[in-house]
Amino acid sequence: MTSRFESIFLFVVARAMVPLIQVFAFYVITHGHYSPGGGFQGGVMLAASIILLRISLGEESYDRFPREAGIVIGGFGALAFALLGFASMAFGGNFLEYALAVPGMGAEELRYWGIFFAEVFIGFLVWGALVAIYDALESGGVE
Amino acid sequence: MIGQLDFWLMLILVMFAILALEVRDLLAAVGVLTGFSFLMALLFAELGAPDVALTEAALGAGLTGVFLLLALVFVDRKSED
Repeated sequence: MTSRFESIFLFVVARAMVPLIQVFAFYVITHGHYSPGGGFQGGVMLAASIILLRISLGEESYDRFPREAGIVIGGFGALAFALLGFASMAFGGNFLEYALAVPGMGAEELRYWGIFFAEVFIGFLVWGALVAIYDALESGGVE
Repeated sequence: MIGQLDFWLMLILVMFAILALEVRDLLAAVGVLTGFSFLMALLFAELGAPDVALTEAALGAGLTGVFLLLALVFVDRKSED
């Protein structure tokens, strides 16, 4: 934002809200494979908590969540999701078929954990990408 | 599903949509559009689609408003057409 003024209410409410939003976002991501929600919704909530910090704290929030972190987290999520998808192709299955040969795990359990990690990586991807979009918009395209 | 609630939510949704198109002040238009998204999330939840409702509430009523407000910094606040 271009102009802002200090407000104690804004700081207190933002500081109380951000951890609650993040805990709920982690709940939504980790329970996404058998209840409403999932990686995308939880990632949007995580991004919303960071953007709330950006709006309320201004420049100070860049010390806590630096400008480069959005791209790094989003890139990590996309890369890990792609590797998870291609890993099952390396074992002879289709993309994202979770046909990995993990010892001591049946097909159902493998699919359960495969979907779980896919949700987590999608959450990272959406979180980083949305924060990066906000930073790019806020700086007007210049670093 | 409650038919009465569906009807009134639909009616208010259409009114919000027309208001968002007709209002001259773009800041007010963003506010009305955020309210539209929130009512849409209520309607989705009431129709038995909690997954879609969660997405609409988080993205439509949360982040889209912030992004549109940020875009408003770079353009005139009054609508020309």
